[in-house]
Amino acid sequence: MTRTETRIEGIVLDEGLTVTLSELTQLCGSSGRAVRLMVTEGLLRPKGERPEDWRFDGFQVRRARRAVRLQRDLELNLAGTALALDLLDELESLRERLRILEHQVGQRRRELP
Amino acid sequence: MEYKDYYKTLGVARDATQDEIKRAYRRLARKFHPDVSTEPNAEARFKEINEANEVLRDPEKRAAYDALGGNWRAGQDFRPPPGSGGFHREFHFGPDEAAEFSDFFASIFGRELHTGADDHRRRRGHDQTVRISIDLEEAYHGGTRQLRLDVPEIGADGLVTSRARTLNVRIPAGVTQGRQIRLAGQGAPGLNGGHPGDLYLEVEISPHCIFTHEGKDVLLRLPIAPWEAALGATVSAPTLGGTVKLKVPAGSQSGQRLRLKGRGLPGNPPGDELVILEIVTPPAKTDAAKAVYLDMAERLHFNPRAQLGV
Repeated sequence: MTRTETRIEGIVLDEGLTVTLSELTQLCGSSGRAVRLMVTEGLLRPKGERPEDWRFDGFQVRRARRAVRLQRDLELNLAGTALALDLLDELESLRERLRILEHQVGQRRRELP
Repeated sequence: MEYKDYYKTLGVARDATQDEIKRAYRRLARKFHPDVSTEPNAEARFKEINEANEVLRDPEKRAAYDALGGNWRAGQDFRPPPGSGGFHREFHFGPDEAAEFSDFFASIFGRELHTGADDHRRRRGHDQTVRISIDLEEAYHGGTRQLRLDVPEIGADGLVTSRARTLNVRIPAGVTQGRQIRLAGQGAPGLNGGHPGDLYLEVEISPHCIFTHEGKDVLLRLPIAPWEAALGATVSAPTLGGTVKLKVPAGSQSGQRLRLKGRGLPGNPPGDELVILEIVTPPAKTDAAKAVYLDMAERLHFNPRAQLGV
């Protein structure tokens, strides 16, 4: 059975989005305590001093969701999760650099006779 | 329904020890975890691996599975043996995975969640993540994307069926590589009246024939003639928003970058278009062209390798 829905608007998880601690726990299906531990570990870096003032942007939301899944699925501890996330970020940015450089090199090659 | 060869999924022998199964599962889980893996079908593989592990890691479930016999092949049409519907109530498994396991799994072990059939607690549906590929023009202008999804649906009898669903999703202008778009309530349905999960779209921008993107910036290599570089010129340059005039300063060299402010992907602030100049020499195929080059060589006394000391 197929059902077509009308146009759906989504929210982009970027710097334009800010959520509170309790909103974040809902988004990543986690407890407030688990999020506080992630902040203590330096895995998440919200704006604001006290937990009730914390504001997480869209990138932090994505990071938190990833952290929760990695901890659950691969049974990682917090330090291991933080390390995995940092390495994944680095891998992603290196892939980006590679993509940009490959595109430029490819373009040059095409210009050669 | 199709028979699933759980041993093959985990890549272990039928007589593998529980330790071997655990090791194989861990290794594959790391490899195909959707947050880590770049394999195109990581999400589906990860689900299969988890389902196989759910059965093989538990000696009771493994025994029930083994009792089906070893002559089945993966993908073979499978009909549950008569009476097997009766014993599945003894099996316990986590609520999170159960709804996503295959019909084959359900035919042997049932779909009763957590502690058995008496559990009618509300549960929120699963979040789902789908990767979508859009081109740079779509990222610039925004647009609507039609998505076809297979959505598990849980009926009143607790059985899971799959339903094709089409969603028209708005792609906001200015979305960049790797961004996630959250569609609230569009994930897997909840259980016992629980809220549905969310659907996350992960954006990937497909390669473009002339532009590259770097965040909100757009990069372009722009070929120019030697005299345009030397004397300066106003030239046409393509941007995602249409052709613009670009002033090339006198004395420009290959590799030099010019910035077209605000001509990248839209946003607050919008990205720029970075133009990388590339001097292209005209061919010297005619006598007239050769004469021009010889004349330059004679009059300009130019050594392009002066910096190399040769």
